[in-house]
Amino acid sequence: MATLNINKKNYNIDADPDTPLLWVLRDIIGLVGTKYGCGVAQCGACVVHLNGEAVRSCVTKLSRAEGKKVVTIEGLSETNSHPLQKAWLELDVSQCGYCQAGQIMSAAVLLKENKNPTNEDIDDAMAGNICRCGTYLRIREAIQLAAKDQKK
Amino acid sequence: MEKTNNSRRTFLKSSALLGGGLMIHFTGLANFDISERTGTLGTPAELIELNGYVKIMPDNTIKIICPNPEFGQNVMTSLPMIVAEELDVEWQKVLVEMGPHDSVKLGSQFTGGSNSVRMYWRILREAGATARYMLVQAAAQTWGVPAEEITTKAGMLYHEKTGKKGKYGDFATKAAGVTVAKGVVKPKDIKNFNIVRTSKKNVEGTKIISGKPLFGLDYKYDGMLIAMIEHPPGFGMTVDSFDATAALKMPGVKEVFRQKIYEDGFEQGGFDVRTFNEVVVVVGKTTWEVMNARKKLIVKWKPAGDTKDTMGGRGGAREVVVPGELESSDAQYQKMQDFASKPAQLLRKDGDPETAFKNAAQVIERTFTAPFLAHNCMEPINFFAHVTADKALLVGPLQAPGWTEPTLSKILKLPADKIEIQMTRMGGGFGRRAYGHYLVEAALISKKVNAPVKLIYSKEDDMTYGIYRPMYTATYRAALDADKKLIAFHVKGGGIPEHPIHANRFPAGAVDNYLAEGWQIPSNITVGAFRAPRSNFNAAAEQSFLDEVAEAMGKDPIEFRLELLKRAKENPVGKNNEYDAARYAGVLELVRDKSGWKNSGTEKYSRGVAAYFCHSSYAAHVVDMVIRDGEPYVKQVFSAIDCGIVVNPDAASNMVQGAVVDGIGNALYGGLTHKNGVSEQRNFHNYRIIRMREAPKKVEVFFVKNDIDPTGLGEPPFPPVFGAVANALYKASGQRFYKQPYSLKPTDKPIV
Ligand code: FES
Ligand code: FES
Repeated sequence: MATLNINKKNYNIDADPDTPLLWVLRDIIGLVGTKYGCGVAQCGACVVHLNGEAVRSCVTKLSRAEGKKVVTIEGLSETNSHPLQKAWLELDVSQCGYCQAGQIMSAAVLLKENKNPTNEDIDDAMAGNICRCGTYLRIREAIQLAAKDQKK
Repeated sequence: MEKTNNSRRTFLKSSALLGGGLMIHFTGLANFDISERTGTLGTPAELIELNGYVKIMPDNTIKIICPNPEFGQNVMTSLPMIVAEELDVEWQKVLVEMGPHDSVKLGSQFTGGSNSVRMYWRILREAGATARYMLVQAAAQTWGVPAEEITTKAGMLYHEKTGKKGKYGDFATKAAGVTVAKGVVKPKDIKNFNIVRTSKKNVEGTKIISGKPLFGLDYKYDGMLIAMIEHPPGFGMTVDSFDATAALKMPGVKEVFRQKIYEDGFEQGGFDVRTFNEVVVVVGKTTWEVMNARKKLIVKWKPAGDTKDTMGGRGGAREVVVPGELESSDAQYQKMQDFASKPAQLLRKDGDPETAFKNAAQVIERTFTAPFLAHNCMEPINFFAHVTADKALLVGPLQAPGWTEPTLSKILKLPADKIEIQMTRMGGGFGRRAYGHYLVEAALISKKVNAPVKLIYSKEDDMTYGIYRPMYTATYRAALDADKKLIAFHVKGGGIPEHPIHANRFPAGAVDNYLAEGWQIPSNITVGAFRAPRSNFNAAAEQSFLDEVAEAMGKDPIEFRLELLKRAKENPVGKNNEYDAARYAGVLELVRDKSGWKNSGTEKYSRGVAAYFCHSSYAAHVVDMVIRDGEPYVKQVFSAIDCGIVVNPDAASNMVQGAVVDGIGNALYGGLTHKNGVSEQRNFHNYRIIRMREAPKKVEVFFVKNDIDPTGLGEPPFPPVFGAVANALYKASGQRFYKQPYSLKPTDKPIV
C-alpha cells in the first residue's frame, strides 16, 4: 500500500510499486487529464509535477512518487486561473487537444523557474512535448503571454 | 430484423439524394423524441427538440447538436455556429453537444475529406432557419398576428405593432408542433451574418486545458475490462500458435484467446480495411496489468502466404489476392523503378504529346519518390464496446460511424438500430480513424468475454498496424521548344499499392500536349486516407518539378505558374479540368503580395513557393528557410487560402498553421520503412515528429474574401507545404531534392 499526495489529496494505492504513475492516475484514481501518448518518455502527453519538477508519468514508478507531492493538470489551478490556462484560452491554442495538458504542465515548470523565457528557453523546455496537430506557434505565444501576465 | 435495417438504409439513401437538408422535414418536426439520449442532455423533460440539431429549454437555453465527430478541426464550434446564425440566437448562450450516431436525424456524420463544413453548410443553415421559422409561426399563432410581422433577435421574438415579445423558450413547445411546408424557409442573406465569419473560441477549450474526460481513452463504464491485441509483427504474417500459460498467471489477467476478425468470404466495404485478420487478445483489469501480461505471452507467427479478400461493391463481390511477400523497403524502391518503365494505364491525354516530346529542343525529366507515412495520432487507437445478445454500445474516437455501422451489423448479426455508436473527441485522426477495424475488434472481444471492454492499442501497436499513406513515385517530363516555351507535359505515377495521379488537375488544362498515366503494385501493406490523400505527394513532386521547369525557362516561379493559369482560364485545354484557374491564380497573387515575394530584406532567407488545389479549395505558401546547425529550418511562412466563406476565422488560421507545421515535419522527417514485412519504426524514438524547436516562429495566414459557399480547409493547406519546402531547400543548398523525407544528411541522427 503506497500513500500518494495528488493535487493536495492523499490516496492509498494498492498496486505494484513498479506501476507507472500514469496508469495509477488514469486507471486507479480516475484522473484522466494526464494522457498516454507513447509510454516511453518521448511525447510529453503524460507530464505531471513531482515536487514541482516536470516528470513523464509514463516512466515514473509509483514507488518514486510515494511521499512526494504530485500535481496533475486537474490540480494546476482550482478555477482554470493559472496564467497558462488563461493564455491557452485567450489564444485558442488547442486543436485536437490531446497533447495540451502535457504542454501546459511542462510550460508551468518553465515559467516557475524562468520569468522571462526566451525563444531558446521555450525550445529547450518544450522539446519533450509533441503536438501532432502542430499547434507549436500558439503554444509559444501562449507561454509568452502567460509570462507577461505573471509579471503583472 | 433485416427489414428494419433495410428500410433505414433506404431512407438514408434517399435523404442523401435529396441533399440532406430536407431531412428535417420528415423527421425532426413535431417529434418530441428526447427520451433516448439523456446521458448528457441535462434535464430531459425540459428539452424541446425542434429538429435533430436544435433543442430549446423553457429557460431559453439553446442546445445545438454537432453532427460530425471532432478530431481537432474544430467542427464542434464551427458547425453549431452555422445553426446559431440562422436560428438567430446569442452565441454565448448556446450549449453545444456532440450528437450520437444517428444518420436519420444528423446526416452522414462523416469527418474526413475536408467535408464537414462543406457538406453541412446548407443542411445546417436550413436546420437553423427552419427552427426559427417554427418559433415565429408559434408566436404568430399565440399572439394572433401575421407571422411576417414578427422579427427575431438574439433568441427573442418581437411584434412591434402590438409591443409583444417573448423568449424562444416560451414558444418552443408549440413550435415543435408546427409543420413546415417545403420551400417556405429562406436562410439569411449572407450580408447579415453576425456569428459566422466572426472568430469564436473552441467550445471545449476549457475542458481541454483543465483535463476533463473527453477522449476515447478517458471513457469509463461500470465493470469495464481492458483488452489489448498482439498483432503479427509484420505485414504478410499471421498467427501460428500461442502459449498463454505464463501470461495467464500475471496479476489482473482474465482471458487470453485467439480471435479472427472477418470470416472467410466476408464481403468487405471500402473502409473495412483490415491488416491482420487474426490476432491474440489479452483481457484484464487495468491497462498496465494487460501490458505486462502481454510481455509474457508467447506467440509463434508464420508467413500468411497469398490470401484472398472478398471486396463488396457496386458491381458485386470480387476476390482480391493479397500477396504474401514479406516486403523490405529497398526492394520496394527497386520494384517501383521496374514498374515505372513498363506501360501504364492511360489517365488523360490532350493533343499529341508523343510528337511534341520528339520535336522538343529540351526535355526535362525528373523522378520523385516518397515513403509510407504513419498517421501517428497522439491518442493511440482505442474503442469501447459492450455487446450483449440483443444490442451493442460502442463509444470512442472515429471519423466515420456511418461506414462502420453496417459492418458491425453484419458481423454481430444485430440490426443497425440495435447498435449505438457514440463519438468521443479524438486525439487526432488525419484519416486514420475512418477505418473502423478497431470497433469490430472491440465488439468481437466484448462479445467473446461477455463484458464491457475497452480495446487499447499501445503506441507501438498503433504505428505498426498499417493503414499508411501509400508509397509513391512519379516521373515528370516537360518539353520546351527552341524559344523555351513549354509545349508538352507528361506525368507517369505509381505506388504501392496505388498510384497518386489526379489526371485532371493543374497543369492539365494549361498545356496543349498533356499526358497522364498511372500504375500500381499490389502489396499486403495496408494503406488509407492520410490528410489530403495523393495530393500530399503530388503537390510535393509536381510543385518542385514546376519550379525546376520555370528555372530552365528563365522565369520567376510564381509568374510562370500565373502564365499557365492564365492560359487555363482563357483558353483551357481539354475537358474535365477540376480546378478554377482564376481562384488558383488568386491565392498565388495573394501570397506573392503578402510575402513581398521579391522585396529586399527577404534575401536572408531561402524562399520557396508552391500552390495546390484539392478538396475544392486553393492554397499557396511561401516558406522562408535558413540553415541552422546544418539542418534546414523554416523560420516563417506566408499562406494564402481560398476556401470560400470562412466560418470561424481564427480557428481556421489555427488549422492552416497546424497544416503548415505538419507539412514541414512530414516533408523533412516523415517516413516509415519495412524490413521483411516488419515496420522499422515503432514509436516516437525512431519516427521523427516535428517539435517546438523545428516549428516556424511565424505563419501568417491570409484568406481570399468572397461569398462562395465554404469548401474544404482541413486538408488543402497541407500538400503545397511539401513543394514549398523542397523549393526553399534548393535555394538554401543548391541541390534539388527528389526523395522524401528531404534531408541534407542521412536521418539516422538521434532524436531529442
Ligand atoms: S506518454 Fe509519457 S512521454 Fe509519451
Ligand atoms: S492539439 Fe492535437 S496533438 Fe496537440
